[in-house]
Amino acid sequence: MQNSLQQTPLHAAHVALGAKMVPFGGWDMPVQYTGILNEHLAVRQHVGLFDISHMGEFVVAGPTAAAALNRLFTNDVRKVAVGQAQYTLMCNAAGGILDDLILYRVEPSVFLLIVNAGNIATDFAWIGQHAVVSNQSAQTAALALQGPHARQLLDPGLAPFHVARQPVFGKTCWVARTGYTGEDGYEILCDNTDADFLWTELLKRGAQPCGLGARDTLRLEAGLPLHGHDITDTTTPVEAGLSRFISFDKGDFIGRDVLLQHRDHGPARKLVAFRMTAAKCPPPRQHYPILDGGRKIGEVTSGTQSPTLGYGIGLGYVEAGSAAVETKIEIAVRGKLFPASIAKKPLYKRGS
Amino acid sequence: MSVPNNLKYAKSHEWVRVEGNTAVIGISDHAQHELTDIVYVELPPVGDRVEAGKECAVVESVKAASDIYAPVTGDIVEVNEELSRTPELVNQDPYGKGWMFKVQMSDLPELGELLSPADYAAHIGA
Repeated sequence: MQNSLQQTPLHAAHVALGAKMVPFGGWDMPVQYTGILNEHLAVRQHVGLFDISHMGEFVVAGPTAAAALNRLFTNDVRKVAVGQAQYTLMCNAAGGILDDLILYRVEPSVFLLIVNAGNIATDFAWIGQHAVVSNQSAQTAALALQGPHARQLLDPGLAPFHVARQPVFGKTCWVARTGYTGEDGYEILCDNTDADFLWTELLKRGAQPCGLGARDTLRLEAGLPLHGHDITDTTTPVEAGLSRFISFDKGDFIGRDVLLQHRDHGPARKLVAFRMTAAKCPPPRQHYPILDGGRKIGEVTSGTQSPTLGYGIGLGYVEAGSAAVETKIEIAVRGKLFPASIAKKPLYKRGS
Repeated sequence: MSVPNNLKYAKSHEWVRVEGNTAVIGISDHAQHELTDIVYVELPPVGDRVEAGKECAVVESVKAASDIYAPVTGDIVEVNEELSRTPELVNQDPYGKGWMFKVQMSDLPELGELLSPADYAAHIGA
């Protein structure tokens, strides 16, 4: 098992810091160093540093790149100026989400894509059917510096959702003001050979190493879906509440017909955020049934105890008729029902 | 990791303090450290029959729910109610205020199957 897992260039650094390592998307990754609560709060209050080198980096370039990506993805790449980033979705013909990703337009006809670790091979094959794509993942490392103090450590002069190629402590990197935590911060792409140096420099300047455990609780509070859990190839962006990332007026794209139907007739189920409302109750977890007045209306796709809010929170699909904010629901935990309430996304907003 | 000398241990990381026919049970320092950040403890009701090696309680960390196994067979005679309000006591004081439940043992020779402190320390590589 150990041998079949891939290691990032920072693997030895994680082990040296005493990280607890777990398998994730085919990689041996740090889930935590000192503890999830502590690392979570470091990102909310100060600044944390994540190794996200397991994620995939693709480049699609050439005069037909924009047109090909507009056919592959739901959002409109024509809206993205050079130096900007865009959240977008890649669907199959049935409108099911193959992956969610960030697209960076780094030159007029050069696009950098950051995709989920577990989908690198399937995404590469799918995109390759429609565009000339180069997989840079094996030689590229990535760090996420996240938190309100991120700009004290690194100030590349970027507006939110912008990207630039520039030196970081003397190493040439792609730096983007994006992230997956609901906080301000940067994602830094570098050569594998520079990863250890940049990691060490950022820790020296006060960033706290944070693992995938905190990354998961942070993104959940921020209401950001995780592919493979909250969104999959059998759920559509309309069901997942991601319609603002679909451009129906850009022309045809893969999945458009089904998504249009969903939009016009309304989806049968919707992905909602919810919070537990009893004073002391177990945190919700994936696959727990969601009920409304004792009748099953859906299932939890992600859940945790929210470190910032102090109560259980989660995401899950429910019947559209029970999806309104403030609807009282119940979560079944080991056969017992606990009260919960549909909540507005995000559950945590920066500065709240 | 602390492994007190006056306790017996199960391979599944519960500790047992024997007080006559009663076993006081909790989870080891190693276990709380591995679980980290305990946010919820679900204990069996008083009067429940538990069987050695069978799951009888649940500890939830931020990340996951983990089963707790009864290290001995018998009836639950008391549970630590304090843990419903302050589950973090299991992290802070696993061998003291973080105790979980007491079992009136019905099979005392079973205790011989538990690990000594030295064997448990070896088991966790301490």
